Amino acid sequence: MSERAPSPGAPDWRDEIFAALKSADIRQVGYVPDAGHSRLIELCQADPEIRAITLTSEEEGIGLAAGAWLGGQRAALLMQSSGVGNCVNMLSLAKACRFPLVLLVTMRGEWAEFNPWQVAMGTKTQAALELMDVLVYRAEVPEDAGETVAAALDIAFNGGLAAAVLLSQRLIGAKRWVK
Amino acid sequence: MSGASPDDPRLDRRAAMRTLLETRGDLLLVTGLGSTTYDAAAAGDDDRNFYLWGAMGAAAMIGLGLAVAQPERHVLVVTGDGEVLMGLGALATIGVQRPPNLAIAVFDNGRYAETGMQPSHTDGGVSLCGVARACGIEAVFDIEDMAALKGFASRLHGADETLFARVAIRAEEPPRVLPSRDGVHLKNRFRRALGIEDG
Repeated sequence: MSERAPSPGAPDWRDEIFAALKSADIRQVGYVPDAGHSRLIELCQADPEIRAITLTSEEEGIGLAAGAWLGGQRAALLMQSSGVGNCVNMLSLAKACRFPLVLLVTMRGEWAEFNPWQVAMGTKTQAALELMDVLVYRAEVPEDAGETVAAALDIAFNGGLAAAVLLSQRLIGAKRWVK
Repeated sequence: MSGASPDDPRLDRRAAMRTLLETRGDLLLVTGLGSTTYDAAAAGDDDRNFYLWGAMGAAAMIGLGLAVAQPERHVLVVTGDGEVLMGLGALATIGVQRPPNLAIAVFDNGRYAETGMQPSHTDGGVSLCGVARACGIEAVFDIEDMAALKGFASRLHGADETLFARVAIRAEEPPRVLPSRDGVHLKNRFRRALGIEDG
């Protein structure tokens, strides 16, 4: 990964996202692993107050988050942009019941993508979410990531709405294929 | 209708649901899209029932999220073979998490009853008990008669491990009993029944 180094002294943007999850009292985090989320996944796994749950497919997370809310806990989901496509029908659960839902999506198929197979879903990720009435926010630079996630958590849990934050490929760093 | 002859030894689905809920105590119930939702409504509507009218394949995962959030209560998911087949990966996820307070019962008639009784993969030889075991769920029950079902029902309240049951039911469609389809209402009343504040 050619990740953008944080400016000296500035907190790592992934730590800021984790802090936003903690301050929103997120207790379940469902994810299909993605390299861009790896640090955040490790932070969630290491936190005794968070149940970190690996999913076989992203759509499982929509049900998980609904069940968590029914039981009085808040959940967040981590996925790659390709996983958004797996969620489309399941998003009807959030919409029909007005479950709060937060998706943190690491983008592929955009900035400096090597693999053209990622481009089809990556370029339609935002449209697919908006098609299902999920609010979409983007974080393009490290300084915005934590704040944008905090804003998405607020709007989702204050209003029973579904919100996604797209963490851009430029922010995460394009996957390096030849080392 | 296939499999509905009077000498079919498989269980009546409505009687099976009543048996599971007979001594429900504070059991929390999630039902899957289709007939298990009607079976639960026929057994008696309850604020602690969360019925799915869509999101096919999600019932078991909703049960997982709920069981993790409510570790002091027991959660029962009752769904159909077609519904669980659509979200088969959930059994792998649950097999890894294995919450001690989650039980999943699959009413298996080998058919998509909602859409005209087309055969499902369980009719074609797929073993849901085999899948559950292979996913790491250890307490797996293949239930073909009422005595075995009553035995399973009696385990629900004291279980200390994830339970999975495949319940052989007849492929028939009893008259529909339709609960509320208002998802927001179903969600809010469920949370209120658990004493959870809105917001």
